[in-house]
Amino acid sequence: MNAKGRAYKYGDNVDTDVIIPARYLAIQDAKELSEHCMEDIDKEFVNKVKKGDLIIAGKNFGCGSSREHAPLVIKTCGVSCVIAETFARIFYRNAINIGLPIIECPEASQDIKDGDEIEVDFDSGRISNVTTGRSYKGQPFPAFMQKIIENEGLVNYINSQA
Amino acid sequence: MSKMTMTQKILAAHAGLPEVSAGQLIEAALDLVLGNDITTPVAIREMEKIDRKEVFDRDKIALVMDHFIPNKDIKSAENCKCVRQFAIKHEISHYYDVGEMGIEHALLPEQGLTVAGDVIIGADSHTCTYGALGAFSTGVGSTDMAAGMATGKAWFKVPAAIRFILTGKPAPFISGKDIILHIIGMIGVDGALYQSMEFSGDGIQYLSMDDRFTIANMAIEAGGKNGIFPVDEKAKAYMEEHGRRPYTIYEADADAEYTASYTIDLASLKPTVAFPHLPENTRTVDEIGEKIAVDQAVIGSCTNGRLEDLRIAASILKGKKVKKGLRLIIIPATQQIYLQAMEEGLLKTFIEAGGVVSTPTCGPCLGGYMGILAAGERCISTTNRNFVGRMGHVDSEVYLASPAVAAASAVAGYITGPDAI
Repeated sequence: MNAKGRAYKYGDNVDTDVIIPARYLAIQDAKELSEHCMEDIDKEFVNKVKKGDLIIAGKNFGCGSSREHAPLVIKTCGVSCVIAETFARIFYRNAINIGLPIIECPEASQDIKDGDEIEVDFDSGRISNVTTGRSYKGQPFPAFMQKIIENEGLVNYINSQA
Repeated sequence: MSKMTMTQKILAAHAGLPEVSAGQLIEAALDLVLGNDITTPVAIREMEKIDRKEVFDRDKIALVMDHFIPNKDIKSAENCKCVRQFAIKHEISHYYDVGEMGIEHALLPEQGLTVAGDVIIGADSHTCTYGALGAFSTGVGSTDMAAGMATGKAWFKVPAAIRFILTGKPAPFISGKDIILHIIGMIGVDGALYQSMEFSGDGIQYLSMDDRFTIANMAIEAGGKNGIFPVDEKAKAYMEEHGRRPYTIYEADADAEYTASYTIDLASLKPTVAFPHLPENTRTVDEIGEKIAVDQAVIGSCTNGRLEDLRIAASILKGKKVKKGLRLIIIPATQQIYLQAMEEGLLKTFIEAGGVVSTPTCGPCLGGYMGILAAGERCISTTNRNFVGRMGHVDSEVYLASPAVAAASAVAGYITGPDAI
């Protein structure tokens, strides 16, 4: 499995309130909800993002609320992977549980610039910066989480265990 | 000899293991699964995809309608309707709707549904509140909630822990809010990322249960997986007064390992405010220096909407008027707190001071309704987050503080401590 696309770069502590503001949380349709993804930090994001693109961020990405709407809108926008130095723990769980690929990689988080073309090989955890020619090694998932990801989320994993 | 933290002991017992260590992946049995009107509809949709269609135990699920209720619009009404129908269909014992509901993290301990030794997950980030009682409780997403409702289990990576040794007696008007804001200011919003925050020390005896709920509640604002207090006489008395279930006391091993240890002298703390747009941007009131005028003050939320919070606010507002043009919004967190505040005359004090009193709701804390800010407006608030756009317009600002500071600032019209009033 691979991801390839343009990098959208953000800083530290990108919180769930800017990923999807609470004023939209009564919306239950994922497509409609995703039209507001990153709205309070980058109004143009939803107009620019294309299928396969990546979000690159600093420390503590997804801090704040437990709303699963946050990884959901990112996935629904077509984002193929989020790479950050660290993730807030509830966001981390939620991303795995709904099947949004995420990678912790401080080196990639610091080095990748907004607009760089990025390629990720999920099997090896290798992140390649096509624009600069540099590559980085991401943190692999523990086997248990890998199983959830292979099943495309927790629900399918539970059904497979029954 | 094991070297487990308090959190690790609770997790080991619920995983059926003699011992666990930091980093280990385990599956633990759940004592309670919680959801609200924002997160439960998503969980219900996920649950429909799970082959097992029944809930694992109708007595171990709590569904609390509290975020946008009484419903703020048609969509929020549809969400509550969806949860209500689910609760009826599955005969969920602890379903709380208008008239019985309160803000979930104030309501569940009050109703005796959370006790020491429990493992609790909730599809709400402030589920960590119940650590005040000596439970392991943590926030999760809706899919985890769905899996928890269906199977009664959840997967966890066993956390390492940071120890906070609280010593000394806090000065008057220094509350749990000042303590936790001080800690977040010290370690940062990711200072406890993936870890437990374990509190200990002789200073805990001076903290009321309401103070402890406030401190554990905001563990998530330091990135913590949970915050947890040892179970002392005050905690036991609280559970005996409210409890519906027996509790189990776990203690950290004497040689438990911590990644870091901080000692905090509670006597040295001053009223503390977190400036926009992160809870770690803290300053004590006397460090502020300039007059920061505010347009609104909110006293309420799962962090600070309990009876003691309202009593402190009323003691400052008694016989005074809020600054002309400033909106003071008071939100008792549960019906029982509301009733008690009425009987004690606190609501009369608030209204006479020029404030308004709402029925329980999370409303303004997350920018839902009941006190949304316009561009350029500022609010002093006893809530828990001050991110960009949290309470309304992206160009508005939220300053986090204790009920004492919020009440004093409402009178002064600018951010100030209770001593100035």
